Amino acid sequence: MRESTIMKIHYGTALAAVALVAVHILMRLTQGFAESLEYENVLANYKFIPYAAMLELILILLSVHGFNGLRVILLELKQGRIYEKAVSYGCLAAMIGLIAYGSRTIIMTNMGMV
Amino acid sequence: MSKDEHREGIKGMANPTRYGIERVAYWLMRLSGLGLLAYFVGHIYETSNILRGQVGWNEFLELTQTTEGHLVLAIVIAMCVFHTVNGIRVMLGHGGIGVGKPARPDYPYEPASQNYRHKIGIYSAILLAAIAMMYGLAVMFGE
Amino acid sequence: MAQVSSISNEQTSPTSKLITLRISRFNPEHDESSGFMEFSVSYEKWTTVLEAILDVKKHHDHSVGVRYSCRQATCGSCGMIINGKPRLACFTKISELNSDVVTVEPMNNFPIIRDLAVKFEKLFDTHQKIKPYLIRDDTEIESNEKEFLQSPEEVEQYIQFANCIKCGLCNSACPTMATDSSFVGPQALAQAYRYVADSRDKGKDSRLKIIDDSHGIWRCHFAGSCSQVCPKGVDPAMGIQLLRGYMLGFRS
Repeated sequence: MRESTIMKIHYGTALAAVALVAVHILMRLTQGFAESLEYENVLANYKFIPYAAMLELILILLSVHGFNGLRVILLELKQGRIYEKAVSYGCLAAMIGLIAYGSRTIIMTNMGMV
Repeated sequence: MSKDEHREGIKGMANPTRYGIERVAYWLMRLSGLGLLAYFVGHIYETSNILRGQVGWNEFLELTQTTEGHLVLAIVIAMCVFHTVNGIRVMLGHGGIGVGKPARPDYPYEPASQNYRHKIGIYSAILLAAIAMMYGLAVMFGE
Repeated sequence: MAQVSSISNEQTSPTSKLITLRISRFNPEHDESSGFMEFSVSYEKWTTVLEAILDVKKHHDHSVGVRYSCRQATCGSCGMIINGKPRLACFTKISELNSDVVTVEPMNNFPIIRDLAVKFEKLFDTHQKIKPYLIRDDTEIESNEKEFLQSPEEVEQYIQFANCIKCGLCNSACPTMATDSSFVGPQALAQAYRYVADSRDKGKDSRLKIIDDSHGIWRCHFAGSCSQVCPKGVDPAMGIQLLRGYMLGFRS
């Protein structure tokens, strides 16, 4: 993938994440911070499909943005063919791993497998 | 990076002094990005405790809902706000917006790209981060 | 390696003052690490750092390695780190540094030849890489008009960036260049914009393709240090962002 395409994705995920994370934080604040963290309320949030879908989207957006940011920093710190490939594939693997792990929580909780 | 290249290295890259507020913003952006990624990974792990049922969730909540936990969260809020506001500034700059127009330079050659709009953007990001952090502390410790 | 020498100057005027000039000494062929030699130098309000270094060479240690030529900020030869910041030695007056100690070191991010002189091969390579010339299929000889006319507004679009003297100060100040040896650098990127913005040039696509790689234009994070040290008002940071504007679709 061309670097310009990757960076356009980087900017796009950032903008989308800002909007969705704002909704996520507002949900905490409107419910009252401590109450919103109570087990029943958290469970209810996960079971509400639009909210669970939003969490999944935030998970993907922030994982892509965060690990690409990490890739950029690591690429600038050290150079070399093997190192750069390891960084790029390593960040991609970490991104996929985190999305899979987070999705497992969202899907299982949403489906009532708790 | 070979030694004979005489590169400044991480120390030079991370040194926020010498080149004004823009270089400080560059450094804070990088630092806050890394901090937010670390928090994000931790947050994903933290929330996965819901799968352990009510007991597991409450056990983990007890670990994070402490004074130290609240302070960490307040720093995360500050990093999040700074990274967002400064990120929008940088993104606009990357598109060539607000960086000035090319013109014949005159001595003492003040760079048009380092203009007051961007400086205001940086100071606003820092100020908003501080306000958000204080609001976060008020919400977390007020309850 | 520290050494303090006072230069006896018979022509010292009553208005002259004294500073300590610390010169970084390093010969990669012999030395393990760099060290400083200190000299007490008299200066006037108008004395430049280059003049002080040449004073040292003339009166005390002729072996100090320094590159210079025009002494008027035109050739771009005498770039060095002066009191922690990249500057042209011929363009920096000692009096404006407001310090009793002036420390001169070779520019960062350039291999050292000896003392204050650094190698410029990498800078010239990256400069050449972005095709610093007009690209078009026709030539002046084949054209009926025999010249490519430009309006003053079209000239304004790039003339600022044509002031680059390739002194390398921008590359020395850049935070990405501090660690990334493969980065194209602000000098070459600003020159890419200089030609892309030239209405006579038709090589935009090929240049954008060259700089669109993992160590190209996207490794600039708009820290602006390059523009702050440019002695000719080129403002590379502006050129790079305007160039990126083409790639992001903000400019056509």
